[in-house]
Amino acid sequence: MARTLFQKVWDDHIVKKGENGAPDLIYVDLQLLHEVTSPIAFESLRNAGRRVRRTDLSIITEDHNTPTCDIYSPIKDDISRLQLETVRSNAKEFGMRIHSLGDPDNGVVHAFAPNLGLIHPGMTVVCGDSHTATHGAFGAIAFGIGTSEVEHVLATQTIWQSPLKNMRVEFKGKLPEGVTAKDMILKLISKIGTGGGQGYAIEFSGEAIESLSMEGRMSISNMTIEAGARVGIMRPDETTFEYIKSRPHAPQGQDWDDAMQYWSTLFSDDGAVFDKEVVIDVSTLEPFVTWGTNPGQGVSIKGSVPTREEIIAEAKAEGLNEEVQLQAWERALKYMDFTPGKRMKDVEIDTVFIGSCTNGRIEDLRAAADILRRANELGKKMQVKRMLIVPGDGRIRLQAEAEGLDKVFKEFGAQWRNAGCSMCLGMNADRIAPGERSASTSNRNFESRQGKYGRTHLVSPKIAAATAIAGHIAEPEEVL
Amino acid sequence: MQKIVVHEGIAAPLKRSNVDTDQIISALYMKAVTRGNGFGDYLFEYIRKNEPDFVLNLPEYQGASVLVAGPDFATGSSREHAVWALVDYGFRVILSSRFADIFRGNSGKQGLLTAQLEQHDIERIWEYLDNSADKSIVVDLEKQEVRFGDNVAPFQVDPYIRYRLLNGLDDIDITLQSEDLIKEFESKRPSFKPKTLPAKTSGDAKVESEHYDTRSPIDPSVGIM
Repeated sequence: MARTLFQKVWDDHIVKKGENGAPDLIYVDLQLLHEVTSPIAFESLRNAGRRVRRTDLSIITEDHNTPTCDIYSPIKDDISRLQLETVRSNAKEFGMRIHSLGDPDNGVVHAFAPNLGLIHPGMTVVCGDSHTATHGAFGAIAFGIGTSEVEHVLATQTIWQSPLKNMRVEFKGKLPEGVTAKDMILKLISKIGTGGGQGYAIEFSGEAIESLSMEGRMSISNMTIEAGARVGIMRPDETTFEYIKSRPHAPQGQDWDDAMQYWSTLFSDDGAVFDKEVVIDVSTLEPFVTWGTNPGQGVSIKGSVPTREEIIAEAKAEGLNEEVQLQAWERALKYMDFTPGKRMKDVEIDTVFIGSCTNGRIEDLRAAADILRRANELGKKMQVKRMLIVPGDGRIRLQAEAEGLDKVFKEFGAQWRNAGCSMCLGMNADRIAPGERSASTSNRNFESRQGKYGRTHLVSPKIAAATAIAGHIAEPEEVL
Repeated sequence: MQKIVVHEGIAAPLKRSNVDTDQIISALYMKAVTRGNGFGDYLFEYIRKNEPDFVLNLPEYQGASVLVAGPDFATGSSREHAVWALVDYGFRVILSSRFADIFRGNSGKQGLLTAQLEQHDIERIWEYLDNSADKSIVVDLEKQEVRFGDNVAPFQVDPYIRYRLLNGLDDIDITLQSEDLIKEFESKRPSFKPKTLPAKTSGDAKVESEHYDTRSPIDPSVGIM
């Protein structure tokens, strides 16, 4: 029977098939852990006298709470310090691999694992973090889980899960110059809504996906969760294999050949049935930015904050609930201090943040640096109040420095920080103040996400860089 | 996980509906690194502090292990901390005419019985507790009934959760009943699947770190606005 990519990988991990609609018991190839969702799981394990079944299929990082400057000084915040101390002692007690603050492989959980070459096609990957969907870009089934499930995977290396329905999103056409993966996923979320993917594993396909680098693909899978789907998977290809090949945990010798043979079987068969299909033509796509307080509230950068009539028309066109959309629109207008019809390019910005598990990778930093280098050459100064550049992990930071990107950022006036989740969610000291407005390459523009009563506009790294030059939301060609 | 077959204990009437998980425990405590015995103290913290006559503040209900709640108990966020707070406080059983789905699932995993009664039976129990000096009631999971004084009221419970509570089996225990299948699966995993140990990296390197003022430039204390 013809199967989807998701079904093939799922079937290869069934330990015990659920009967009469009960969930399947699924084997987990890799569990990623960090300091926030792991401590109570370890404690429960200890209290029950249980051990970690497969320390060799688990790895820990520190990212949500870690400082992104002065990292060798003592951590001032009591809760952050306690969480870091706890995860380190748990790693030691249970004999687990950890990359702590200051280690070159330390960083955001969804950046450091792919960088180490630990994510391969056809794997199952879990983590107590909803952005685990990132790793679907490799052709893996990767999803976020809760603390009890973290404990369950530590003890058994398995998880009870019901198979998901299948949705295919095809990005057809050729992506125009200056338009990026971030714009593609923001467009999708605005089209299907933040609940559009609920209950589905989304498979991303089409020419525009195939032409993306792994970094771009990860940006898209990463934000699958913002469209409501826990899994966002892509067919592995030469780009995927090339990315893995030179990394520390790439299979070697005969294992590489065997892996390649298996990986090349990982695609949706002709005739595989998808429960839902969405097609987006990217050939006319423009850079996308959010105006509101959920990731589905986005418009083209050349557009404006929508009017009531536009919200109603869009809800009708996309089959979204009109009343729900209108309520969210009203609330967001108030929170963001906007009147309908305000041009996005007239929105003044205080802080620019480039980083996070969505856009903290080397290609993102290069894209921003290319624009800021031109600004430096033209003698243009930073027009926002501050700009933070936060690489995804230590290796990305080192790579950027080897390419001289840090010098470009500093000359422009940006802060060159250490790796971590940072201002994406403000669990460390990197926050925006009440009323402060950010242009951010992260993934969530929820109320108070980046700091209490802060206002967030989600953008791509290119738009973030241009915005820092202009002081308001802008495209590179306007400022250079 | 502790078994429940027949549980007898003090029952506290919680005469309000739509008690959400934020009321059960504030999101503030989600940063905790330990359950210890700590979450019990934060159960209904705001209500306990602000309403002296709240049921859990009354002397006759100290040591309660059964909560007799109004409809739509524990709606809202999926936080497991709500279940932990109830269990850590000492509750073994919650009675209500309607529970939020996620909460009911989370409770089953933590050994907390969520028994569903008709609303008029909940009100009979409330009345009994109001008028009786003895605040103890009996929850019989085998017979699926609540006994209070000379009265009996039946309850519904998910059969799978009932089986697990009667036998004291948690999720991990149940999974480990299939350990042979897990071992068999592991024996067939291909050798090209990655392992985190022994650790491989691109080698040692020193990561530099700069100093920055992390305060917001529009924080009034910095004086810009």
